[in-house]
Amino acid sequence: MLTYTLRRLLIAIPTLLFIAFVIFMLLELAPGDPMANMPLTIPPEVKEKMREALGLGQPWYVRFPLWLNQFFIVEPQYWIDGLFGTNFADGAQRIISFQSRSPVFDTIAQRLPQTLWVVGMSYVVGVLIALPIGIISAYRQYSVFDQAGTFVSMIGFSVPPFFSGVLLIVIFSVTLGWLPSIYDTTLVVNDWASFKQQLAQMVMPVMVLALQTTAQVSRYMRASMLDNLGQDYVRTARAKGMRESVVVLRHVLRNSMIPVITVIALGIPSIFGGAIITEQIFKVNGLGQLLIIALQGNDIPMVMTLTFLFAILIVLFNLIADVLYGVFDPRIRYD
Amino acid sequence: MPDGAMPLAGAASVLDVRNLKTVFRIRGGEVHAVNDVSFSLKAGELLGVVGESGSGKSVTMMSLLGLLPMPPAEVRGGTVRFEGQDLLQIGAEDLRRVRGGRIGFVFQDPMTSLNPVFTVGMQIMEPLRTHMGLSKTAARARAQELLELVGIPGAKQRLDDYPHQFSGGMRQRVMIAIALACDPQVLIADEPTTALDVTIQAQIIELMLELRQRLGMAVIWITHDLGVIAGIADRVMVMYGGQVVEHAPVKELFANPQHPYTRALLTTIPRISGARAHRLTVIQGQPPIMGAAPTACPFRDRCDVAIPRCAVENPPRFDLGGGHDAACFVAKGAV
Repeated sequence: MLTYTLRRLLIAIPTLLFIAFVIFMLLELAPGDPMANMPLTIPPEVKEKMREALGLGQPWYVRFPLWLNQFFIVEPQYWIDGLFGTNFADGAQRIISFQSRSPVFDTIAQRLPQTLWVVGMSYVVGVLIALPIGIISAYRQYSVFDQAGTFVSMIGFSVPPFFSGVLLIVIFSVTLGWLPSIYDTTLVVNDWASFKQQLAQMVMPVMVLALQTTAQVSRYMRASMLDNLGQDYVRTARAKGMRESVVVLRHVLRNSMIPVITVIALGIPSIFGGAIITEQIFKVNGLGQLLIIALQGNDIPMVMTLTFLFAILIVLFNLIADVLYGVFDPRIRYD
Repeated sequence: MPDGAMPLAGAASVLDVRNLKTVFRIRGGEVHAVNDVSFSLKAGELLGVVGESGSGKSVTMMSLLGLLPMPPAEVRGGTVRFEGQDLLQIGAEDLRRVRGGRIGFVFQDPMTSLNPVFTVGMQIMEPLRTHMGLSKTAARARAQELLELVGIPGAKQRLDDYPHQFSGGMRQRVMIAIALACDPQVLIADEPTTALDVTIQAQIIELMLELRQRLGMAVIWITHDLGVIAGIADRVMVMYGGQVVEHAPVKELFANPQHPYTRALLTTIPRISGARAHRLTVIQGQPPIMGAAPTACPFRDRCDVAIPRCAVENPPRFDLGGGHDAACFVAKGAV
């Protein structure tokens, strides 16, 4: 297993370099000008100078290695310096956002907590709701509970968050006035009252996103349980005189979780991608919102860095999913 | 005694089934899979149950222990006396204690009957811990003993192996070890050798016979292989259309078959000696699917000696003397 993981990690390096190159060239080929939002009164020759100052005057084969150097060497050095007070970076040029002129990673570090709280929490909540629903739906197939679960899943799949989010705001913020419609990022949780406030502002975005996760994962769970409930080994477990709870929650569930765990692991990178639309609706200034604003402003370093970070996470969690598969299914051995 | 088996003098019956009826509810109707089946099993005896696919052999045995999925299956009537209680009347919890504890089950396909994600040791220990309340170490010691008993070399190490690390024959040995774990009174073997190749079949049969001798349990052996039955059974019960059509001590049955279906079955056994036959003998037609409780002989359409009465009345099991009975008007008339 260890050799397999190491080999996969090594293979991931050229994969990621290739992904970085493709993202870079796509952004290079994309139309749009970082200076487009500048006032028209600025003369063209000044704009040209500003462009050169941003490093855009150089050809791509110069800028791409520079970016790689900044991403893989300079930024980790700054990170280590920040942690241990060393001075590896020695004032080297960091990746700077075109829009804010501040280091891209500082902005990401500011935005990450909101995204993890809201989107991450919604993922956890969604999965925790989905698993029992899937198990019970399969065990009591075609029962009222199963029908209701299927209905809710269908809604989760088909109703987009820009509808369900706004609907929740209309009901709980406008009509009932129970929950705030805007997520207050500046809120500091230091006592009971502010904790309750934090909960209140998280409820709606978390619910909107959890509905989607629940819809997907509960379907997977149900299908996987149904596959396994009909297997011969289930009959064997019953013939051994195992309690029904043991049959279902030990024998069947353990087998059914194998594909579901893979699905859950593969879904985790999307948490870091943020929820672009839901973050917009509830004014959560997370990573999704950051990406949208960066795209709109032609902020190439920001878009490049965010997109590449997502790529790393996707590659990493693919690897984690494969390793988990081997951990949970004894029939799979990688060595 | 027109209906049911005659107890042999001297031996007490451990399992006594009377008028068992099992029905499957399907879309738009019912299938009467088991119709009025009665038989008894004496201590230490091996009862062979023979019949084509779909004749109700397995369903009968699974009905006894509540192993059929309900719904769609439904046990409509009858009594199953075992150790002073009626298995059809005691609750699910009591029945669960009988399963795997007092009555062991070996299934047809060892490749799918073991749970792939648990070690063989754990699967053998499960009934020991549930039914006999053994501690983990005691259960492990007993599991090792059982593996040795069924002839698996290196039993101690193999406890920690997973089913996929065993061959088909070895897995069936494991299944037998599980079935024998709690010293059952009765072992029901549902086509235990059908999925194995011939040399392994012979080994498994030999093992089962040896274990029966050593442990003194009664065995019900379901098969469609008459050759196997001839060599191992004390008594044979032939089933057709969910009914017992003939029942006799093994020598009597093979020497003097009375029911036309039994005779037809015996002619289908290919001979390797004697004149070369051009074709294998077959019984023309298909076994019936019983849409309702039978009102006529289920075999009459394929029978070469049918009389008009066969179409209007379902023959009961006529006693032919010497523990031999057959459900056939013609056979009755011949005596």
